[in-house]
This record gives sequence, structure tokens and C-alpha cells, in this order.
Amino acid sequence: MTVLREKAKLMSSDDLNRVIKRIAHEMVEQNKGTENMILVGIHRRGVYLARRLQKIIEEVEGTKVPCGELDITLYRDDLTMLFEQPMVHSTRMPQDISGKNIYLVDDVLYTGRTVRAALEALVDLGRPSSVKLAVIIDRGHRELPIHADMCGKNVPTSKNEVIEVKVTELDGKDEVVICERDAQ
Amino acid sequence: MNAMPSEVGQIVWRHRNVIDVDCFTREELYFLLDQARHMENVMDRPIKKVPVLRGKMAVNLFFENSTRTRVSFELAEKMLSADVVNWSVSGSSHAKGETMRDTAWTLEAMGADIVVMRHGAVGSAQYLASKLKRAIVLNAGDGTHAHPTQALLDLYTAWKHLGNLEGKKIALVGDVLHSRVARSDIIAFKTIGCDVVLSGPPTMMPREINSLGCRYEKDPKKAVENADMVYLLRIQKERQQDGLFPSVDEYHRWWGADDDLMKYAKPGALAMHPGPINRGVEIASEVADGHQSVILEQVRSGVAIRMALLYLCGGGAR
Repeated sequence: MTVLREKAKLMSSDDLNRVIKRIAHEMVEQNKGTENMILVGIHRRGVYLARRLQKIIEEVEGTKVPCGELDITLYRDDLTMLFEQPMVHSTRMPQDISGKNIYLVDDVLYTGRTVRAALEALVDLGRPSSVKLAVIIDRGHRELPIHADMCGKNVPTSKNEVIEVKVTELDGKDEVVICERDAQ
Repeated sequence: MNAMPSEVGQIVWRHRNVIDVDCFTREELYFLLDQARHMENVMDRPIKKVPVLRGKMAVNLFFENSTRTRVSFELAEKMLSADVVNWSVSGSSHAKGETMRDTAWTLEAMGADIVVMRHGAVGSAQYLASKLKRAIVLNAGDGTHAHPTQALLDLYTAWKHLGNLEGKKIALVGDVLHSRVARSDIIAFKTIGCDVVLSGPPTMMPREINSLGCRYEKDPKKAVENADMVYLLRIQKERQQDGLFPSVDEYHRWWGADDDLMKYAKPGALAMHPGPINRGVEIASEVADGHQSVILEQVRSGVAIRMALLYLCGGGAR
């Protein structure tokens, strides 16, 4: 059995919220306003992060950007290697995504495989005019040619470490910690 | 439509074969319903396909004719990107005397990962599963024994409309004795906490009603009284020749569901039927086509629930 031992706190609640605010501003800046924008959070934490971005953009720009949620379980490339099938969550788009600028939101960018699956899932739902990626933490170790367009923090990690982005909605508090797997 | 229970926790899915619904706990049933909801979502997309079973081969092995169930499974398999082979009895080697055991091994030699079987013999699905080393078996009906996916799709349809099913009442009316649908439905609805009442000609009732945990009311009005769901079982007209009921007309007068019978149920109660329907026998058109009917929704639910089962049992490493 492996247990996770917390090594260090990377972001406090205030830090995380500043990062989300900055990313919200970057999104609107890159999009030159909020027109044609759709936020899409990747299950599970990306969904809550996308909703927060939506709220901040509304406060700043006065427009409520449509916000969807995407579950990538059925698009994972490692399903045939797993013995237990992971639970499927909901996929909901607020409107047709064709012709829209999609802003994908996830907590951590690691191998890039989740994002690859998300891109495939999105393409099945429509033909967006562009897709951009926002993450809180980029921890390196990419296995696919994928990069984040907006990133809270680059954190060099070892493969034995785990980054946990916690959000109040699911975890009771906002913070980002780095943990190490201890074999027992 | 009522709000559905929103958060269903992750559980460890331990089933590979589905022979009957009695293998599921209440928690597993709710988990399955929740997963089916997400599968139904796939059916509404412009591209009705997800790659989750890519590279898996599904064989629909049908010893009895059942276009509806077969097509429903086939659609579910295709929407999950499995490769589909339909193997039907007519002209198959079974007619030439091949045993089911040899058929099973042949299927596996061809690389089948998932076998969906409909067979007239009770216990055939269990037997097939015991002979397969790698492939999984989903029972699509074995004799008068079980029809688990029908019961699960009924549960799913009811759940979508009524939410939490605990304490809800379902009246099953018709030929319970010869019905694998009834048997599996009774188990499924009992497991999830429903009150199940049976009605129909006494000649078409099993003797061990009490051991199934349900009540029998000869008078369908009494059975349907205050019910949340009225489930009409299909009457096979050839049963008349067996002397189980005097005539189709008489059956309809006594046990057929019309608007008058539905008045005894709760307002807005669901009218359900596994299909294909015999209009004017177990169900009048005014009910089949009425606002309480969810018969076509059941058909749609069938694809969703089969997708969920195929995903949970048929995916993954072997």
C-alpha cells in the first residue's frame, strides 16, 4: 500500500485565488473580451475551477460566460489496462460548442493524456473554432505534445510526487500541496 | 421529471457476468442507474459514439428470436465502439448439432470478449459463463428464468421519473408464471425497496408468490390501487390454447389496462410494458399512447442501461 505524505504547501487559499483571478484576466485578454467564449471544466476539480473563473469574469466584465463540464473517462487510453472501470461523471455543455472558443480548465497538467482525451471528447461534441488550456499547476513529465496556454505555476516534480489541488467545494478548503508516495 | 439523486459514490464493480439481477445489491443498482444516466447523455450527442470499448469484440448469440433486445444490445455495443458480431440460430452450427460448450469455445477462439446470449433454456447463460475462460456473459433472457437487462431498464425508467424508489408501489399485471421479465423485475424492484403487487389470472401465477416477497390480488383494481407504476406483462396469445385464460377479449375485460384501471393508481402513475405490446389485450391503446405511458422511454432506457453494463462488465483488462 502506498500512502501520501504531505511534503510542502505550494499555495495557500489566498495564493490559489490570486492565481484563478490572474488566469481569468488572461483568458479575457487572449479572447479579446468574452465573446464566443465557453469555459469547460474537466472532472472533477476542473469543473469547480471553471465555475470560479466564470464568476470572476462576470465580476470583471459583467458577462456570464457559459460554463460546461467534461468527463473524459470514456475517452481514456488506459482503460484496457485497468482491472476496475472508473466511474463515469456527467458531461454537459451549456450550448453547441461549434464555432466557439473553448477554454479547457483542469487542476494539474502532467502527462498530457487527460487533455488528449478531453480534446477527443470535445471534437465528438462539435467543432470549436479554438481550444485553449488553463491549469493551476504544470508539473512537467509530458508524454504528449501538449502545453498549457494559461498556467498558475510551474512546479518541477519527481514522478514519485503527487500534486493535490484542493477546492473548498470538494475538499473543504482551498490549497495546493505537494505530496510524496511512501511505499509501506 | 423529478430531480434525480445527484451524488452517487464510487463503488468497486465486482461483476463480470450478469446472469440475473439477484447478484446486485441496492447500492450497486443505484450506481448502475447513475452510470446509465451518463450513457444516455451519449445518445443525445451529434456523434453517438465513445471509444471506450474500442478493440473489444461483442457477440450477440441469439438462439431465440428477439429483434428488439438484439438491436438494443447492438446499438449499445456500437455506441461504445465495440466490434459487433450477430450470431443467430437459424443456419448456425447449433442446428447441425454443435453443443453449447463447443459454441462457447468457438466464440472464444474467434476472440470474443463479450457474449450476449438469448436462449430458451433456463440456466443456459450460467452454463455458458462457466464454459468461457476469458469472455464475459450478459444474459439477454434464458427461458422463463431471467431477463436482467429488461428489469434494469425498467428500474432506470422508473428512477428517472420517481427519483428515490424506496417505498414506491409497483403493480405487475399479467402472466407472471411464464415471464422471465416479471421474475427479474420482482427481484430488482424488491431489492431497491419497492412494494410489489401481482395481479392476473390465477392460472398464470407462480405458486411461490410469498417467497418472492410480494402480494397477489386477483382483482387488478385492488392491485393497482395507489400504485406509482403499473406494469403490464405481455400475454402470449398461444397461452389461450393451453387453457390458461378463456379468450383474448375476456382477458382484456378482466386484466387489460385501460383508462378506467389507471384511475385506481396514483395520479400520474407510470404505465410500463416490456414490449412488444398487444393492443387490446394486456393494454388498451388509450393507455399505451396516453400521457402516463413510458413504453417508448423504456426502449431508450434499454440502450442506456446496456451501455452501462457493457462498460462496467466488459471493459478493462482480462
